[in-house]
Amino acid sequence: MIFLDKLITGISLGSIYAIIALGYTMVYGIAKMLNFAHGDVIMMGAYIAFCTLQYLNLPPVMALIVAMAACTVMGVVIEGLAYRPLRQAASLAVLITAIGMSYLLQNLALMIWGANPKSFPGTMISIPTLSLFGGQLKITGATLVTILANVVIMVGLTLFTSRAKTGKAMRCVSEDRGAASLMGINVNRTISITFAIGSALAAVAGILLCSSYPTLQPTTGSMPGIKAFTAAVFGGIGSIPGAMLGGLLLGIIEIFGKAYISTELGDAIVFAVLIVVLLVRPSGLLGKPVREKV
Amino acid sequence: MTKAKRKRLIYNIVTFAVVIGAYIIMQTMIANGSITRALKGQLIPICCWIVMAVSLNLVIGISGELSLGHAGFMSVGAFTGAVVSGYLLHALGMENEGLRLFISVTAGGITAGIAGVIIGVPVLRLRGDYLAIVTLAFGEIIRNIVNVTYIGVNGSDLIFSFLNKNAPEGTRMLVDGASGAVKVGKISTFTAGFILVMITLVVVLNLVNSRSGRAIKAIRDNRIAAESMGVPVTKYKMMAFVTAAVLAGMAGAIYGLNSSTVVPGQFTFNQSINVLVFVVLGGLGNVLGSVISATLLTVLPEVLRAFADYRMLVYAVVLILVMIFTNNPAIRALTDRMLAPVKRLFTGGKEEAA
Repeated sequence: MIFLDKLITGISLGSIYAIIALGYTMVYGIAKMLNFAHGDVIMMGAYIAFCTLQYLNLPPVMALIVAMAACTVMGVVIEGLAYRPLRQAASLAVLITAIGMSYLLQNLALMIWGANPKSFPGTMISIPTLSLFGGQLKITGATLVTILANVVIMVGLTLFTSRAKTGKAMRCVSEDRGAASLMGINVNRTISITFAIGSALAAVAGILLCSSYPTLQPTTGSMPGIKAFTAAVFGGIGSIPGAMLGGLLLGIIEIFGKAYISTELGDAIVFAVLIVVLLVRPSGLLGKPVREKV
Repeated sequence: MTKAKRKRLIYNIVTFAVVIGAYIIMQTMIANGSITRALKGQLIPICCWIVMAVSLNLVIGISGELSLGHAGFMSVGAFTGAVVSGYLLHALGMENEGLRLFISVTAGGITAGIAGVIIGVPVLRLRGDYLAIVTLAFGEIIRNIVNVTYIGVNGSDLIFSFLNKNAPEGTRMLVDGASGAVKVGKISTFTAGFILVMITLVVVLNLVNSRSGRAIKAIRDNRIAAESMGVPVTKYKMMAFVTAAVLAGMAGAIYGLNSSTVVPGQFTFNQSINVLVFVVLGGLGNVLGSVISATLLTVLPEVLRAFADYRMLVYAVVLILVMIFTNNPAIRALTDRMLAPVKRLFTGGKEEAA
């Protein structure tokens, strides 16, 4: 029963990682940049949801919508102001800009909400705990919602990128930006839309993360951000099913590592597995191997 | 002497002159007491960050590999330094601080170098962003491992335990898991830091301008072409990576022995990123640039202390703006045109300044 309990916790944590990893992987696929500020957009989303719940007393659904809308705007503004001028620049310059953006968001949050951790209200997801096997196995509402949200988002995104016109345009741009723009695709707008979707998902991830782990502070987003980035690489960066698989595996490995090997070494185990996987499959689990042309 | 050689010589002389000049000025200021306390406390950290930046520049700028785990090597060096120094003092009764510092720093460099080899073998097989993420992962693993390492001295024995603290009564802990190394003893000196900076400059500048350095740069510019010319890629990549690791370990030892406590949490991913910012702002492959930017960016937060809460915000905005202004083609063309008359003044209108 402990095993099953840990497995469910792992899947739940993995689902959160998967949703965050989607933001990384989509942006990487399309703009070829590591958006280090993504983890901090999550934190901002969680804070905004916290405020709408706590200070405006709005219902949870409104909090979700407000947080998603705010993060979408934030993502598009960040892309337009900071990343777009660097479209042609070296990737390292863009990376440093993203890091600067990450500092900026963290310090903005620090100024607005202060350094003291806030406790995320449990009213966000008010679904009763599910009790199975005569109370031996308890699944919290947050866990259920997280796993469900992950499935919905995955199915939705897969359909979107394979069926919708904008989704197809996104795939074109990530395949070959030059050819896409020759075919009449507005590259800049497509990249903006990608950032918008990624950031909206970040808001969802932030709310789910803080529903399961309710301490909210300006650095809340950075470690899950790094882990999710690892998950994206693990599954093959640029690949949407890869982000899903990588996130889930990472979450399960982390929870099992902490439960059965050592609590302190949980993170080390996650990263060690990542290294082993990358050595065997240098472009991740589902990543396409890049052929080198001379 | 060819033109390129002369240019290189001038560059090296200027680099050394700047560092030595800064050292002399600082020493005179210390001697006549005109230095502020805050700045004086920053001198040794500045030396360490210079070494970190220059050594990371060797990996990123010269060898062209994006490493995000440089602070991990610093951590290895810092804790080795603390253990060695503590062992020498408590178990062997070595009182001579200079000798103890020398041995500790050397040991820090050696262990970090070994870590560099262990990490470099798998890591350098990967490319680009994958290499970046794996170095990041290694940095985090090192931090996690130090977090559960317990080392102490009991009499003349070194007590070592892992995961769970397991030490007999009366053991003096040198590294105590997550609480790190306490009561390390401040034995680092500004002169030691300065000597390390000089060693770093000599090593890196010589390496860059040597046959090996040319091979490393050839691999950076085009790995396949270099490989077909018979340049052993792995060997030269390892050379750059391990040299950088050794230097970072030595910097870590001096850094650790400069404060009363060192905790593993000091050497996180954020610290690696900070050093990366030094390198990029100073200019990739530009050693003097790394020295200057490491110095300025270490002092800057102290200077901005008046702004207290806003300083990191200002820092972030400045970082973004600098990146946009130096990398956007349109803005760059504009500034180049505005600066052209100034440049012509310096070069006598004969050549474009590089």
